[in-house]
Amino acid sequence: MTAATSKSFFWQGCKAGVPFVLVVVPFAMLFGVAATEAGLPVSQTMGFTVVVIAGASQFAALQFMSENAPMFVVIASALAVNLRMAMYSAALTPHLGQEPLWKRALISYVLVDQTYALAFEKFERKHDLTLSQKTAYFLGAATPICPLWVLFTYLGALIGDGIPPEYGLDFALPIAFLAIVAPGLRTVAHIAAALVSIVLALALVSVPMNLGLLIAAIAAMMTGAEVERRMT
Amino acid sequence: MTYTEPQIWAVIAILGVGTYLIRFSFLGLIGDRPLPPWLLRHLRYTSVAILPGLVAPLVIWPAATDGVPDVPRLAAALVTIGLGFWTKGVVRSMLGGALTLYVFQALMA
Repeated sequence: MTAATSKSFFWQGCKAGVPFVLVVVPFAMLFGVAATEAGLPVSQTMGFTVVVIAGASQFAALQFMSENAPMFVVIASALAVNLRMAMYSAALTPHLGQEPLWKRALISYVLVDQTYALAFEKFERKHDLTLSQKTAYFLGAATPICPLWVLFTYLGALIGDGIPPEYGLDFALPIAFLAIVAPGLRTVAHIAAALVSIVLALALVSVPMNLGLLIAAIAAMMTGAEVERRMT
Repeated sequence: MTYTEPQIWAVIAILGVGTYLIRFSFLGLIGDRPLPPWLLRHLRYTSVAILPGLVAPLVIWPAATDGVPDVPRLAAALVTIGLGFWTKGVVRSMLGGALTLYVFQALMA
């Protein structure tokens, strides 16, 4: 009985995850191509994708390594991109925190923007789900997303240098990031944070070691939090 | 890029462990404890605080044009932001931005 219902929740999760394939596939290929063009061998491109499994931070690391920023700046900036996942982890703990350690370890590995968004929305909407149903749904949502992320990074890495510069691929990264951020500009606080981020990043571009972005990001984060506090 | 192969592996390893620890933090280590509201308030803005600043110099001073501001790239960025902001569709915004870049490049060639 329990096994059967878990299975159906796994499939529900899979189905919910499928539309995100449209976002994951181009983004993954783009990382493969960009990493190869930056000079990374396939093994390291795949190392990023499998070990880090967080696209935006991988792009950030790649960009800063290409600009020869010092290693601690590369890592600090890329980790800053991923800090939002602490919020995801906290939000899912009331729902999945009772699982045995190995399952929580697995869930953490595939805790990405899309799986978090799908699962959290489902758990908040349906209050009568059991622990195993929730876990099945979460892992179901990861099933079409995470393997394709790895597979299409690999295809991108194989295509690599084969794409001529006329295609403007240098600009695929800015477009991808803007397309990810713009829909999230839901409130005045988000917009204020984004504007501070842009203005300070441009103003501080000559700060040595690419530290300007970190300063801009901290100021922007505080701006967003402060605007939210004053408006509520 | 002056990064050597072992240095890049080091970046991969440290970034991988750090990112995993962020994901594992509450689920695996801290457990079910409510986050203080001030911390949640800051975490909510991490993406929107860092990604625009990362992209802005790449849009204004593109490496492909040796840092000279470029109309097709500026137009593509604006169209992507506009589509994303008003339609909320990620794929739509990416396609619209790419199309704008190609159209402007063709017109200005």
